[in-house]
Amino acid sequence: MSAPAGELFAALADPTRWRVLSLLAERGEGTATTLAGELPVSRVAVVKHLAVLDRAGLVESRRQGREVRYTVRPERLNATARQLAAIANEWDRRLATIKRMAESGEAPRG
Amino acid sequence: MQIERETLIAAPVERVWALLTEAQHVGRWFSDAGAEIDLRPGGTMVLRWAEHGTGRARIVDVEPHRRFSYRWAPIPEHWGEDPDERNSTLVEFTLDPEGDGTRLKVVESGFEALEGSDEQRRSSFTGNTEGWETQLGNVKRYAETVAV
Repeated sequence: MSAPAGELFAALADPTRWRVLSLLAERGEGTATTLAGELPVSRVAVVKHLAVLDRAGLVESRRQGREVRYTVRPERLNATARQLAAIANEWDRRLATIKRMAESGEAPRG
Repeated sequence: MQIERETLIAAPVERVWALLTEAQHVGRWFSDAGAEIDLRPGGTMVLRWAEHGTGRARIVDVEPHRRFSYRWAPIPEHWGEDPDERNSTLVEFTLDPEGDGTRLKVVESGFEALEGSDEQRRSSFTGNTEGWETQLGNVKRYAETVAV
């Protein structure tokens, strides 16, 4: 399901959660147990991080026997990266304009 | 999660400050069809775009020649509302003298609290699924600038 953009950014803003997501991306898939084995946090903590990522639409889960296997949903991440890149590019453009205006003496002296 | 950008300008801080805070200039580099600025904490900044309409920002901090910050809604859908934590991000400028010039830094933060527009929610599902590892790298670059 979809989630507000804010929830998505919040999900990405935690360093441990970011590592959980990166590991899933590298490995293709994972469970709370396998992920906890590669991170300095407990399985319970990983379960919580996975739940946040799931709510933000960044991962999807599928039950297999006693385990829940998680995979990354790249389309959601793509959209986020594009939004952030666009905002950053816009600031680069604005700062370049300010620089040009300041250096060409268009602004009055303070 | 925040975005940080900076540039070195060969002009004194007083001049850069004027560009950042005077309506005649802001109406050119930020919006493109003029601006009105009530330069004080809590003051309103009106920004006019020829094609997108009129947006509003709420000034947070004014420390002459040093620091200037405001909240503004990056999503035009929210421009009719008063800028607050749910509909706007915080933009903070810092000016530092460096030699004869000015180092100008801008930080935009608060994306995690933003409520997305319907359009954004839809666009989240139109992305292609190829090359996403590159995109992951892009997100990572920005995520790593997060202050925790």
